[in-house]
Amino acid sequence: MAISNTERSRRSAQGGGFSLQNEAVRAIFWQVLVLGIVALGIWYLVSNTIANLEARRIATGFGFLGREAGLPIGEAMIAYSPTDSYQRALIVGLLNTLKVAVVGIVLATILGTVIGIARLSKNWLLAKIASAYVEVIRNTPLLLQLFLWYTLLQGLPGPRQAMKLGEGVFLSNRGIKVPWPVWDDLHVWVVGALAAGIVGAWVYTRNANATQARTGKRPPVLLPNLGMMVALPIVVWLALGAPLVWDVPALRGFNFVGGATLTPEFAALTVGLVVYTAAFIAEIVRAGILAVPKGQWEAAQAVGLHNNRILNLVILPQALRVIIPPMTSQYLNVTKNSSLAVAIGYPDIVSVANTTLNQTGQAIEGIAIIMAAYLTVSLSISLFMNWYNKRIALVER
Amino acid sequence: MTSLSSPGPDLRTGAADLLPPRSQRGVVGWMRENLFSNWLNTAITLLLAYFLVRWISGFVDWAFVNAIWSVPGNNTTACREARGIGACWALINEKHRFILFGTYTYEEQWRPLIACALFIALYVVSAMKRFWNKWLMAIWAVGLVAIGVLMWGGVFGLTHVSQERWGGLPITLILSTFGIVGAFPLAILLALGRRSTGMPAIKALCVVFIELIRGVPLISILFMASVMFPLFLPDGLNIDKLLRAQVAIILFAAAYLAEVIRGGLQAIPKGQGEAADALGLSYWNKTLFIILPQALRIVIPPMVNTFIGMFKDTSLVLIIGIYDILNAAKTSIIEPAWQGFGVEAYIAVATLYFFFCFAMSKYSQKLEVDLNRGMRR
Repeated sequence: MAISNTERSRRSAQGGGFSLQNEAVRAIFWQVLVLGIVALGIWYLVSNTIANLEARRIATGFGFLGREAGLPIGEAMIAYSPTDSYQRALIVGLLNTLKVAVVGIVLATILGTVIGIARLSKNWLLAKIASAYVEVIRNTPLLLQLFLWYTLLQGLPGPRQAMKLGEGVFLSNRGIKVPWPVWDDLHVWVVGALAAGIVGAWVYTRNANATQARTGKRPPVLLPNLGMMVALPIVVWLALGAPLVWDVPALRGFNFVGGATLTPEFAALTVGLVVYTAAFIAEIVRAGILAVPKGQWEAAQAVGLHNNRILNLVILPQALRVIIPPMTSQYLNVTKNSSLAVAIGYPDIVSVANTTLNQTGQAIEGIAIIMAAYLTVSLSISLFMNWYNKRIALVER
Repeated sequence: MTSLSSPGPDLRTGAADLLPPRSQRGVVGWMRENLFSNWLNTAITLLLAYFLVRWISGFVDWAFVNAIWSVPGNNTTACREARGIGACWALINEKHRFILFGTYTYEEQWRPLIACALFIALYVVSAMKRFWNKWLMAIWAVGLVAIGVLMWGGVFGLTHVSQERWGGLPITLILSTFGIVGAFPLAILLALGRRSTGMPAIKALCVVFIELIRGVPLISILFMASVMFPLFLPDGLNIDKLLRAQVAIILFAAAYLAEVIRGGLQAIPKGQGEAADALGLSYWNKTLFIILPQALRIVIPPMVNTFIGMFKDTSLVLIIGIYDILNAAKTSIIEPAWQGFGVEAYIAVATLYFFFCFAMSKYSQKLEVDLNRGMRR
């Protein structure tokens, strides 16, 4: 007599019958199959690679990191000369990547927010100009825009005919020259005062929040905080006798001496990244603001909140919830897109690692370094943004 | 009958009486409302209008009034004299064939031209809902074979043109089209794998692949394809550089597309899958006939956006030395006579990119409205 259907399914659920009809068995079968194919593929590639490396006598391992690099780098944030090791050259490249990414993220956020709000403006002309900006920028490749900026910057007059934008600020095809304050040991105190002011403002705001939660009255926050963060460092600086010497760039012969330089490569890359990313951020900000229903404003007004309190307590928390996740991916994009630096000759990590792998012939190690660097930076940004996102997320019961 | 279609004169005067005052309607009313509603708006409008007029007139002077449209031979003296005042469109006049088709045999350049037209025709046909059926696949197959025959030649009396000579717009279109076509099936498998609950090993594999690719820039993957890939293959087996770049772009696009498709899969209510299970459908039947048709429909607009991104990102292949349209433009100004006219070349290529991407983004916006029509109440 045949066993009943329920009996059969009970048996197979217990793993009784070892057949492909059993879901658990099937799952294991597929996983073993796929993993096996992947492992075989990797083994095949690795064995080929090892054979090729031996045949071409390419060294393996990261031993080259300690060797003298001999590659000149145009701009470095830490002391560097071509006689330094590859390791130091790569660190210089990584710092340059981080520099352009941080500056790019900050400026793109500001510009993007302004343009996103402008697109929602009641002024027709302003809204149309903002949307024309967004459409033109989003629909052309970043690399092309970078080339355009770089060509425009190179088309500027030479140092002798440099455009003077202000006292000690020169624009030429060597980049932008700006005056820079000379570091004085007394400045340590000013920086210390600034740090103390920021910590003080943070503690004060926390106390103010606690007071508000307890009594319902909010003590004044803005003025005391500004006083701690701005006035305190200035008072300390004045008390020390206002030590400040500017290093002003001046034309000597064929080039400028003194002052700080924004190289054309850095300027083109930063401007390109900021202009490009701002168009995407503008759309995110616009969507975020539009996502908050009008009734929220009206309800908050009916409760009797001031306009800036409405913005801070009602609108922004809701808009940010929509804005933060796509903003995170834009920040990651800025970081990854900064790798296009290699096309215009800005010495970022990709460019330095690329030269390294060309000089040493160790392609695998070079690309592994690039990928490891970006993965670390990307993961750090996503971790931070996820933490921030969780903090502002809707608390549901 | 006539009274229904055209109301009597008395009615019309009555309606005129009810119109808002003159200052609030027509052009004047619109301007008062949208440009000069208060002192701040008026100030913004005037300031913007001033800059806009100055900037546009400056640009028109440069791009049209003072521009130089053609020069005799390769003598660019006239262009150099007009530097900074007028554009040198003579560059485009002289080099447009090179920018569009690279070093493809000059007499045979009608072939890549038709290939590009075929690509555009394929995009247009795929954009029309009327063709969203089984015939679309056949149209694509025929179209791609025709493009291949045109580009390679060697049959039907067409001379063979080797792949090293290809360049310009066809390369950009080939890389982006095959990139998305190749990435699509892979992306679906990755998205399904990432969503699978019963197979942790496959899920982990998919997550690692997707996050690894999304965490690094496209350039690093292109470098990998150009310098590392030859090391992976057994001795003697050499894959063409264009194909290697194509594989890199497919892998890159697949990771991004997988996340888009996963979004669509997540949006399908759980009940759909459970209902299919209750009917006794197998996993693949359930996925192919119940889940995917609904999920893919939702994500068509974001997929078009991914395609736009891919289309722009193919320009990165110039870094590993492939002659796409941007690289062709960059190379066209290397000749000493034409050096320094990069702005003109880049603006021309930017216009072309804009034409493609803008059309696609407008289409995706329209599609989004169309597809949501059934959902709206």
